[in-house]
Amino acid sequence: MEAAPGVMRSDTPTVTGEGRSLYAGRVKVYPKEAHGTFRTVKWIVMAVTLGIYYLVPWIRWDRGPYLPDQAVLIDLPARRFYFFFLEIWPQEFYYITGLLVLASLALFLVTSVAGRVWCGYTCPQTVWTDLMIAVERFWQGDRNARLRLDKHMWSFETLWRKAATHLSWLLIAIATGGAFVFYFADAPTLAKQFWDFDAPTTAYLFVGIFTATTYVLGGIAREQVCIYMCPWPRIQGAMFDRDSLLISYRTWRGEPHGPHRKGETWDGRGDCVDCRQCVAVCPTGIDIRNGPQLECIQCALCIDACDEIMTKVNRPTGLIAYDTVRNLEAGDVGAEPLNLFRPRVILYAVAMAAVAIIMLIALLTRPELDVNVLHDRNPLYVRLSDGGVRNGYTIKLLNKLYLPRAFSIGVEGLPGATLDLIGHEGGAVVPVPPDNLQSVRIYLTLDKPGVKALTSAATPFSFVITDIASGARTEHGATFQGPPR
Amino acid sequence: MAKKDGDTGDAGTTGHEWDGIQELNKPLPKWWLYTFYACIIWAIGYWIVYPAWPLVSSYSKGVLGYSQREKVSEDLEAAQADKSTFRDKIASADLATIQADPELLNFAMAGGAAAFGDNCAPCHGRGAQGAFGYPNLRDDVWLWGGSLDAIHQTISHGIRAEDPTTRNSQMPAFGKLGMLKPDQVSDVAEYVLSLSGNAGDDAAAKRGQVIFAANCAMCHGAEGKGNQALGAPNLSDELWLYGGDKATVVETITNSRGGMMPAWTGRLDPATIKELAIYVHSLGGGQ
Repeated sequence: MEAAPGVMRSDTPTVTGEGRSLYAGRVKVYPKEAHGTFRTVKWIVMAVTLGIYYLVPWIRWDRGPYLPDQAVLIDLPARRFYFFFLEIWPQEFYYITGLLVLASLALFLVTSVAGRVWCGYTCPQTVWTDLMIAVERFWQGDRNARLRLDKHMWSFETLWRKAATHLSWLLIAIATGGAFVFYFADAPTLAKQFWDFDAPTTAYLFVGIFTATTYVLGGIAREQVCIYMCPWPRIQGAMFDRDSLLISYRTWRGEPHGPHRKGETWDGRGDCVDCRQCVAVCPTGIDIRNGPQLECIQCALCIDACDEIMTKVNRPTGLIAYDTVRNLEAGDVGAEPLNLFRPRVILYAVAMAAVAIIMLIALLTRPELDVNVLHDRNPLYVRLSDGGVRNGYTIKLLNKLYLPRAFSIGVEGLPGATLDLIGHEGGAVVPVPPDNLQSVRIYLTLDKPGVKALTSAATPFSFVITDIASGARTEHGATFQGPPR
Repeated sequence: MAKKDGDTGDAGTTGHEWDGIQELNKPLPKWWLYTFYACIIWAIGYWIVYPAWPLVSSYSKGVLGYSQREKVSEDLEAAQADKSTFRDKIASADLATIQADPELLNFAMAGGAAAFGDNCAPCHGRGAQGAFGYPNLRDDVWLWGGSLDAIHQTISHGIRAEDPTTRNSQMPAFGKLGMLKPDQVSDVAEYVLSLSGNAGDDAAAKRGQVIFAANCAMCHGAEGKGNQALGAPNLSDELWLYGGDKATVVETITNSRGGMMPAWTGRLDPATIKELAIYVHSLGGGQ
């Protein structure tokens, strides 16, 4: 079939040619070490984030005799999440949700102001990959040395250096997997169990999983995770605008580019000397001079590389820099003032503040006692021989303090009612163990005059729960069911 | 995938042709084929190890001798064995001991609730709230006694059941047998209603009182308070098993009543009956 005179429709490259391949082979990236401001910042960020990750499980936090003393602990068997002064019960999981909402809003805010700062500096994939590359550089040398080693794949030197690299990666991976499980159990105890080989199978399993993911994703897959696996690069396009600070090659200054010999004039040409250092240091192996790209994680290492060269050739630094599209188009440094107060930035900031305030209020007004009143469903009420009516309830008292407490239970708004606490006949006092839930069966009986005085089948009233020690009282609404009126 | 006319690619055709349309020979991907072969080999292993082939009167058993039926019965036995510690204790302990031991009580309550749902709920209701003619087990009225032992006795031997020690009594059908004339029945009914303060006709109630003393007081007591030894209900309270309006009371006196409950000894094991007694006692009416 002809698509046009002389052109078969099936002649298009996507059908017949190489373009049909859906698989792109990986071009191995050999990032060169950069030196400069941003590299220093990245070393510091790496030290801080890895430090937090590895050390936090070892921080102790005294919670009294009844609870674990680990500052950050996700206690799955006991269904508690401990975070320093906070203890979160399963039904308070909305705190975690709030935290995640806050984190994603922060991500949006930062991205709309300064691009992929998360990707470039703090994303675990970036941090661990950076660490793995540093280890690789330690054993195999910098870019050129590594390229040379890979050319002689089966030489003794290549083999032992590679083996040492992979061994170090595995050790880092095991440490990473190991640190992960410490968040879920008492760290010193689990560490000792690990040493004695009697830790729970689950612990070994998760150490194994996280060892494997760290080794594969951080050591081997590297930039492919960012390019192919991560959804964030696809989403962030919606966060940028013409006023976002992005790592950019200042085309107006760099072009036309070309090699430059010492002593030659800079007139009539751009500052880019085609040294390709920005490409050499790039961990995803791209050329920033092609403009903003999906693969660019905005790690700023090309800025360092370029600045170093610019200094050497006695040109002003900042040929590659954080800049806005608006400013780039204006074609001069600082031609367009940085506009931080854009609707999207303000919106994200306001949303963040709102969520933060709501969470703070929820946290400050968090009750130390949770009460649930459940009315018996079957039967709703029981008629008694003297003409009275009895209702059954189950009250669940949830003591969130680390101390044993005792509560008295009373009734308000239901004249003539008598209260029976099953199993607590000696006075209506219910002891609740620390950090625990106590459930009490209650029979509420209304005598005949009381029943006569009811005006509807369901009468609202309140259970009054008083902390014996502090005298703090809370009321909880319930209904008393009676015969239809 | 569009192809130029006559281009059959590398693989050629299968030789099939319909109306000029040829079928290209496109083999399955290699990885798919090898996975398929691996599955076939795996299946042979399965035949050898597990039951697989139906034979004339039986089936190939497999070298492991695995059987799902045996697995189920093993699991059931294991479940029974898990419970046996508590079940044995409950079978040997007396009711008061079980009630005083929180662990045993907890176990008995759970077992009792399950057994109640299976065996008692059809008549007494899922919530033990009773129904017309079937007593509410949550209120404070007991025909035959509401102590733990009385409840245990009732469940074990039933009421008017085929059991030598069953609880038994029979109210005469006063009207049907001609022991009382219809107007006398009406008068007694008025008196019975007056016991709980619901009389409509004081003169009739007065006449009924005399008849009551002669015919009913023997079982229901002079003041109509009932007698649990005979299962005679208290007529002076507010609760009626069959209804407390005059027509129903007249019907009861005329035709008599006599509910029955089966004896559960033999149907349920002793431990379950104990669990049931404790569960029913706990529902709010236990004495």
